[in-house]
Amino acid sequence: MIELEEVGYQINGNWLVQDINLTIKNGMLWGFVGPNGAGKSTLLRLISGELIPTTGEIRFFGKPINNFEPKELARLRAYLQQKRDVNFPFTALEVVLFGRYPYLNGTKETGCDIAIAHKALRHVEADVFAERLYPTLSGGEASRVDVARILAQAPGLFLLDEPTNHLDPKHQVQIFNLCKTICEQGKTVITAIHDLNLASMYADQLLMLKNGVSVACGPPKSVLTQNMLTETYGVSFNILPHPDGYPCVMPNLNIL
Amino acid sequence: MQKRTKILLILIGLLPVSILLAAGVGAYQILPWKIPKILLTQADGFAVLVYVRFPRVVLAALVGAMLAISGTTLQGIFRNPLADPGLIGVTAGAGLGASLWIVLIGGGALGMWGLPVAAFACGMLVTIGVWKISESQGKVHTVTLLLAGIALNSLAGACIGLMTFLADDEQLRSLTFWLLGGFGGATWNVVLVTFPITIAGMFVLLQQASALNAISLGESEAYHLGVPTETLKRWSVFGVALTVGAAVSAAGGIGFVGLVVPHLLRLMGGADHRYVLPGSALGGAVLLILADLFSRTVVVPAELPVGVVTALIGGPFFLWLLIRFKREVFL
Repeated sequence: MIELEEVGYQINGNWLVQDINLTIKNGMLWGFVGPNGAGKSTLLRLISGELIPTTGEIRFFGKPINNFEPKELARLRAYLQQKRDVNFPFTALEVVLFGRYPYLNGTKETGCDIAIAHKALRHVEADVFAERLYPTLSGGEASRVDVARILAQAPGLFLLDEPTNHLDPKHQVQIFNLCKTICEQGKTVITAIHDLNLASMYADQLLMLKNGVSVACGPPKSVLTQNMLTETYGVSFNILPHPDGYPCVMPNLNIL
Repeated sequence: MQKRTKILLILIGLLPVSILLAAGVGAYQILPWKIPKILLTQADGFAVLVYVRFPRVVLAALVGAMLAISGTTLQGIFRNPLADPGLIGVTAGAGLGASLWIVLIGGGALGMWGLPVAAFACGMLVTIGVWKISESQGKVHTVTLLLAGIALNSLAGACIGLMTFLADDEQLRSLTFWLLGGFGGATWNVVLVTFPITIAGMFVLLQQASALNAISLGESEAYHLGVPTETLKRWSVFGVALTVGAAVSAAGGIGFVGLVVPHLLRLMGGADHRYVLPGSALGGAVLLILADLFSRTVVVPAELPVGVVTALIGGPFFLWLLIRFKREVFL
């Protein structure tokens, strides 16, 4: 369980995130939505412990995250970043094995670590390019290898920053199906996401941010309403029912 | 057996071979395979081997190992295969120390130790300066570290230029030779001082291998993987300053070893630092032993500065690597 209490983050006098109170239960898929610059990534980085909140506190299982050792924290949560560039000729498998770093005892991975890495690659259908050099992979292929890396890290909390960028629809669905499976195992997924329809289809709970402040929080049906979306994004939306029941949102052509 | 293990074993085998070869070849020729017997029986050539050749060959090995492992480490920290061990200011700082000593105090002052100690101290000071400039709130910003290094490098370079301007002819000659680098001054005393620094520095740097792997994904990714990134940077810069400072103080400025060797290792066996770090230490040792052998045999009875040899061979070789392996290395 993760608790955020009065969390705020300030840099050079600007509040990027302010007054966030949130309790995230295990086994839930949370989506952070909101326009560009709303503070989605900042909030994820605060929860990961990379940024230290200016105000308030973040706790994992009742313990403030600053009190964890780096490796201990890395076994509890993994983070998937948007941008990545690797300038050295590591293979895809080696990159996935970096996910086992917090478990390294000594310097060498065990056979067990390698088996976990292969399994993670298979999960995202990336095992075919296990031996290819990571810098030679296409954007989508590299994304899948990165997902495999955080699967290999085997944490209880997955923090994903736009995990479906660069992915075609099939692999987008695949990543979110994987998130669902992860949640069914009692683990937690928090993802920043721009695609409101994917958020609507998959998230159990949404937090909508604007200018660093929470404007709505709850199940997709209660958050993705016409008024709320128009107010937050500054463009009006049509809300249509998806055959499977969740709201389907389409922006209108004219910007307000 | 894994390819990387094979490469490391071959390098371990090449090291004694190149040491014996370099110890044997010279104005007084000794057949390499007779060396062990000469050492045991103190036969003809014993004095040449023990007092002239071996200290020189061993020093070249130590310096080569230190430069190459430092190059690998900084390339890892800066996540850039073009980083050079001099990037954090230690080489230029040591050069500045040496030129100040030669021109303002006199090269021979305080016996044989004055010059290297001045060089080492000044190299450390400049690196500490670079570190302090890039530190804020207990964190070191890597790009600032790089920029501060470049700034202090050029400042130190300008001061060296000023010293060459002030120097008289004799000072100018010893300064130039020092800056070009060489092992002409190698004695067992120098080796004995350099050896523990080499061991300590390599010990520190080899510990960082797994963390350097993780940081190649990016600093914040490394943090999320559980790497204490600030500790990693501090120990790496400390280890590099120590080893490069010692290398430059003992042998002057020798370029290209720290750049070419890690590259070769990566081309042969991939980028895993648990292999590239020890591999480049071994490869750097072998390479510099052979470069020094070349430098003192190619224009007998004179000697080319070894820094000139490494640059003359290293430069074109590096270009060839870039052109030949463009796709594999830089994408």
